[in-house]
Amino acid sequence: MADDIHGSASLLAAGPDAERPAVGAEVMTVNIGPHHPATHGVLRLVVDLEGEVVKDLKPLIGYVHTGIEKSCEDKSYWKVIPFVERMDYVSYFFQMEAFCGAVERLVDLEIPPRAKYLRTIFLELNRIHSHLVWLGTTALDLGAISMLWYCFRERDRILDLFEMATGQRMHTRYFQVGGVIEDIPLGFEEKLRGFVEEMPVRVGQYEALLDRNEVFLSRTKNTGIVPRERLLELGVTGPLLRAAGEPWDLRKAFDYLSYSDFDFKIPVGTVGDNYDRYRVRVAEMVESTRIIGQALEGLPEGPYIADDRKYVLPPRSELSTSMESLIHHFKLVTEGYRVPAGEAYYAIESPRGELGCFVLADGSAKPARVHYRDPSFVNLQAFRDMSVDGYVADMIASLGMLDPILGGVDR
Amino acid sequence: MPDAPGLELIRGEIENDHPGAVLDTSFDRGQPALIVDSEQLLAVLGWLRDAPGHEYRFLSSLHAADYLPAEPRFGVHYELLNRDRVERLRVKAMLGDPSAADGAGDDLPEIDSCVELFPTADFQEREVFDFFGIVFRGHPNLTRILMPEDYVGWPQRRDFPVGGEPVTFTYNERRYG
Repeated sequence: MADDIHGSASLLAAGPDAERPAVGAEVMTVNIGPHHPATHGVLRLVVDLEGEVVKDLKPLIGYVHTGIEKSCEDKSYWKVIPFVERMDYVSYFFQMEAFCGAVERLVDLEIPPRAKYLRTIFLELNRIHSHLVWLGTTALDLGAISMLWYCFRERDRILDLFEMATGQRMHTRYFQVGGVIEDIPLGFEEKLRGFVEEMPVRVGQYEALLDRNEVFLSRTKNTGIVPRERLLELGVTGPLLRAAGEPWDLRKAFDYLSYSDFDFKIPVGTVGDNYDRYRVRVAEMVESTRIIGQALEGLPEGPYIADDRKYVLPPRSELSTSMESLIHHFKLVTEGYRVPAGEAYYAIESPRGELGCFVLADGSAKPARVHYRDPSFVNLQAFRDMSVDGYVADMIASLGMLDPILGGVDR
Repeated sequence: MPDAPGLELIRGEIENDHPGAVLDTSFDRGQPALIVDSEQLLAVLGWLRDAPGHEYRFLSSLHAADYLPAEPRFGVHYELLNRDRVERLRVKAMLGDPSAADGAGDDLPEIDSCVELFPTADFQEREVFDFFGIVFRGHPNLTRILMPEDYVGWPQRRDFPVGGEPVTFTYNERRYG
């Protein structure tokens, strides 16, 4: 690149008669971000442009690295949960589930059926929420401003449901090792049922807004295509992989929580372009509402958290009558529970792909290592393949469709 | 997942092709793991990826852990996945700390990079280098990825203190320079 620039400079010096290189042959390096509305967070891109065509691209990350993994080593297990929620701040239930699931494997704790169903309901609500945030912001990048209002209207209904059940709209700390912290309140089921009935209609409305929008179609169709084999080499998972025609979903492949009880489909694409990525995510929202509907119908009665007093807080009502419960409560809150030495890797299907949590326990009440295999972090490696030899505008569309959450990338 | 006898069979097969490459196996809480000689890591990973009947072609995750005070101290974990049989297999390479022997040296532990076998390892190996100071020989661009380029130290090591670094708020700067 530098040679080209110097070359043209010397040609200029040679006078007007000298032959100039074609304008397109000059490469210009442009810095985009880290503070740029189209980078969906603090992502910095160093892009080599030839005219308007992307020739090379390097994502630079780390601007919101906060050392959460390190801080977790200094917290007892139950205090880690609110910490890891703040990594990928759009899919906080998934972060909790990955950590709690890994610890449950380490202590060999079976969670009751009702807790499994409740967790499934909240995970799928969170998946819809995450896809709504993605759809609203990505459509905004592509010029469809009103999509943001419609998507955030439905997102707010989900946050209302979260608030009703957990007391918080975001970062709810609802999942605990052993189950969930509280049963759902009276009236929650009815409100959720209303949402489940309405959501497919809303998704139909989004499609009606976008599917015949000429600008949206021409900007997404046949852009950002990466072949399926290349995506697998790069470790890409989630909707990006499924859009390329690979029906790989951990909810179907591995048996975790109660997903095997439900009837749902895995939407896949054919070409693997940005349009397919959009279609797959939108179809996933409908499948998620189907899962929630079935989970509501079959919601088993019974305890919502395991009955192992070594790991699970005793019910509040027992504290004033039982000395033993009081001791357990005191030990769990002050020191926390000890986890036998060992290591576990537990992976679930987050809205962005395989979210894995690795926990190394050394026998004390604090984890010796917590590591998240964040899907955004790994998927970001495919961004260069998606963008090179396309226009800058397509690069922005691809970045939106990649759906990285920088809090998860940088952790 | 391969069960405990299945894991021993895999070990035996690797032993035929690469004698001494597998040091140990572990089957803990339903998770099979091969502990391999770090010098022969690429041979084992390549074998597991390509050998007919095994074909662990997908690298789910690559991460490291510091087992201080155990020796060897560092473990690099490779979470392999066969998507057809839906089987996971963990490969672990343990690395000693070369600077522990002579006391004050700043030598870094080294291991071969597997980017050629699994291109997905690119960012993840950089992350391990960034936080543990483990050098991946043959990595195309082994630089810090999340920490600042000019950062000194390996923050995820167990002997690196939490909060060992002053936070640069303007208040602190005025007070402590």
